[in-house]
Amino acid sequence: MITAERKPLEELIEYVKPYKRILLLGCNECVTVCAAGGRKEVGLLASGLQMALLKSGISIDIRQHTLERQCDPEYVEEIVSMIAGVDAVVSMACGCGVQQLAMRYKDKPIFPAVNTKFMGASERQGVWAERCQGCGNCLLGETGGICPIARCAKQLMNGPCGGSAGGHCEISEDVDCAWQLIWDRLKALGKEESFVEITPAKDWRSGGGSGPRKIIREDLAE
Amino acid sequence: MKNFEPVIVAFCCHYCAYTAADMAGSQRLPYPANVKIVRVPCSGKVDALHIVKAFEKGADGVYVAGCLEGDCHFKSGNTKAARRVEYVRKYMEEIGIEPERLEMVYLSAGMGYRFAEVATTITEKIRELGPSPIKSATAGQTGQVAC
Ligand code: SF4
Ligand code: SF4
Repeated sequence: MITAERKPLEELIEYVKPYKRILLLGCNECVTVCAAGGRKEVGLLASGLQMALLKSGISIDIRQHTLERQCDPEYVEEIVSMIAGVDAVVSMACGCGVQQLAMRYKDKPIFPAVNTKFMGASERQGVWAERCQGCGNCLLGETGGICPIARCAKQLMNGPCGGSAGGHCEISEDVDCAWQLIWDRLKALGKEESFVEITPAKDWRSGGGSGPRKIIREDLAE
Repeated sequence: MKNFEPVIVAFCCHYCAYTAADMAGSQRLPYPANVKIVRVPCSGKVDALHIVKAFEKGADGVYVAGCLEGDCHFKSGNTKAARRVEYVRKYMEEIGIEPERLEMVYLSAGMGYRFAEVATTITEKIRELGPSPIKSATAGQTGQVAC
């Protein structure tokens, strides 16, 4: 999923204070799962924002709504009348949702309420960790299912580096060395030869190196 | 600040804290009428949103009362509630409400006396702190909060 964290109230107050009526818009997908921008977080932010503004003598009508998804035009279309009734929108979706709104509602100021972080997985309740950087040419088949791009601080294709110690990455005791994990897993699978094989330099064109990427499925595209 | 009577919301778990409140009643132990009890099936049921809303609606203080540590009827509801209370205290700092206005307390069903004591201590503390800044700001404004 795409993970995110709420921005500090202070920053959000700066965004909204010129307006009289705003819509706080949540998203039911990734940001709900990582507890950053779902229906509940919309409620919490609306309440916190209202109180913080009140303290500065500002009164804003904060409306709340949560869409099934903000990154799909059909859902974004549902709120035409709601948008018409407000001066600005604060989106609690990831950056994709924010941009989808900005593209559809061209004359409405749209602000992000969260900082979009990374594509990650849940390690345990309340903990999410980065797992993929969308390189466009997945290597997991050769690396024992552990991504050296998202999880090795140096994005080494042929690790580990000399800083790997006791299973930890040299950047921090709290970070596993991805290449240690890769080695352990390949060994457990009896695939040590994959480790020894030299992986050539990666072609980053598929990973955004040649500009913004797009997927066109001709059977589906209209 | 004279004559200030704080409004305090106490989220009390059904199995311990609420029963302790009952016990305080049957033992005729006085405790301040400022404390408004909301009975919840488990302190772990109390969400950050419930607490924040209580402040938004004018509470001067809030506390969540769960079972003694290790004694939660649902195993770990009270420790989860305590973590949530900590989280909301940080949020309160961001909002500009003194985090001391929110507390987590632990009681067993038999602690009627302790219930009355906690209710009194917290009421006194909030009385010292004065009205919640939200309440004061609301009083200074016309056209109240939308929800
Ligand atoms: S190799 Fe590329 S696609 Fe595969 S997990 Fe890593 S970043 Fe993602
Ligand atoms: S210690 Fe491991 S994870 Fe860290 S940079 Fe070196 S190889 Fe990559």
